[in-house]
Amino acid sequence: MTSLPATAPVKKLGLVIDLDTCVGCHACAVNCKEWNTGGEMAPLTDMDPYGAEPEGVWFNRVHGYEAGDGANGRTVHFPRSCLHCETPACVTVCPTGASYKREEDGIVLVDEDKCIGCKLCSWACPYGAREFDETVGVMKKCTLCVDRIYNETIPEAERVPACVSTCPASARHFGDLGDPNSDVSKLVAERGGYDLAPEFDYKPTNKYLPPRERMPSAPAAAEAAGEPQGLLKWVDRMLSI
Amino acid sequence: MNPAPSVIFFTTLSGLGYGLAFWLAIARAFGAVPADTPWFGAISLGAALALLSAGLLSSTAHLGHPERAWRAFSQWRTSWLSREGVAAVVTFVPLGLLWLAWMLGATGGIWALVALVGAALALITVYCTGMIYQSLKPIQAWATGWTTPIYLLFALMTGAHAVAALAAWFGYGASWQAGAALILTVVLAISKFMYWRSVDTATPFSTPESATGLGRFGRVRQLEAPHVTENYITREMGFKVARKHAAKLRMIVYAIGFGIPALVAMLMLISGPSALLATIGILAAMVGAIAERWLFFAEAKHAVMNFYGER
Repeated sequence: MTSLPATAPVKKLGLVIDLDTCVGCHACAVNCKEWNTGGEMAPLTDMDPYGAEPEGVWFNRVHGYEAGDGANGRTVHFPRSCLHCETPACVTVCPTGASYKREEDGIVLVDEDKCIGCKLCSWACPYGAREFDETVGVMKKCTLCVDRIYNETIPEAERVPACVSTCPASARHFGDLGDPNSDVSKLVAERGGYDLAPEFDYKPTNKYLPPRERMPSAPAAAEAAGEPQGLLKWVDRMLSI
Repeated sequence: MNPAPSVIFFTTLSGLGYGLAFWLAIARAFGAVPADTPWFGAISLGAALALLSAGLLSSTAHLGHPERAWRAFSQWRTSWLSREGVAAVVTFVPLGLLWLAWMLGATGGIWALVALVGAALALITVYCTGMIYQSLKPIQAWATGWTTPIYLLFALMTGAHAVAALAAWFGYGASWQAGAALILTVVLAISKFMYWRSVDTATPFSTPESATGLGRFGRVRQLEAPHVTENYITREMGFKVARKHAAKLRMIVYAIGFGIPALVAMLMLISGPSALLATIGILAAMVGAIAERWLFFAEAKHAVMNFYGER
């Protein structure tokens, strides 16, 4: 059913992505591709994989941005994937019932056996989360690694999405954003986690943590503290011996 | 948005079919065409049914799994695409019955009622088509109150020119046909002008700054794209048309799509129905409708392109 769950899911599994610590290595995207090409939504088809114009289905795409100018400008690495929205239009526009939002944990999934490949869901998503598989003829998307997080055949520590398990900078966090006492909810509260494109009012579950305020540089900090600089600093140091 | 030919032909041809069916049904319901005209009924309403069937079939051409299209009738509670599918199938019932009755020369009040139901359902189906596009918030140029009225006006306008041409061929031409065609062409031209003016001057609903949340630092530019070649998203949503080509096509819509049909309808109002003039009118109107529908897709920017730093 493409109606949203009658009662909004209490449990809201999702990701918290720290834009301050993300180093832009694309490991999350690669491990996602590796796991999911054999997982729930398999295969993640590649076209022309060894040719000049390789392209294929990925659930995670890492952009790099420059924001602002001059001393206050930032370079930000920015992973983009499905945000498992609370009111996802991709689900309600689906004519077949292939797209659905799970009542038990809020994960948005596609039933590949029901999808007719009309692509309307991808038009309804402002986040570019859904990618059409030309070869299989159905829409594909992030499953939040539903086949890992509940998988009792793998060690408990590995029951997190593939992107989270592989991140070398610990910039990706997984948990229940519906529980205000969960680690991820606390992280969001502490760091001012925010929604992407809130103007659409799809209420994304995933949150992004903004780059932290700059630490003042050492000379600027010293100056602010009223300490002498340059030659005076040297004289001061010589006389203080 | 990528202007896929299957969707452009689907929406323009089925729009023409529903518009033609609407006018024929209305004419039958109110006795504006004689009932004992089996050949005219068979061919004109048959053409309408063939056009909307062809349109519906061509819409399945862009599906990844056309054989599963029947599933699309199930989610009418939330999905305008599903509602359109249901409405399209239901509309076949009164229009198909009317077609048979017309061919068999059946008369009587019940057929006027069937005709009215068919006319209403034809408009409801086109309304659903328009709402599919209008309900998509990420495409700002579509999510306006203009989208659905313009879909309806195109169906009614092309349908009126088509009924004028078919009636003239069979010798049932009348001034109400040219009059309806003229009024609708003028109203549509004004609506389209106002629509284009409103989308050209609209402030963006979503920007690279709001999409990424990095606007707090200032203007956002994409430094590195996630992929070096195209992908589904950039091909489907990132289609861009050169400004000068768009301007030229808009002129084609105004001149061929609205100018010629309006002129032809006016001439027929003055000098009486003419099969030749009316045929020119409907052909020009369809060229305009296809150009307009191509622009409707090609000029529309999708919000996901904000993540690729496009404004």
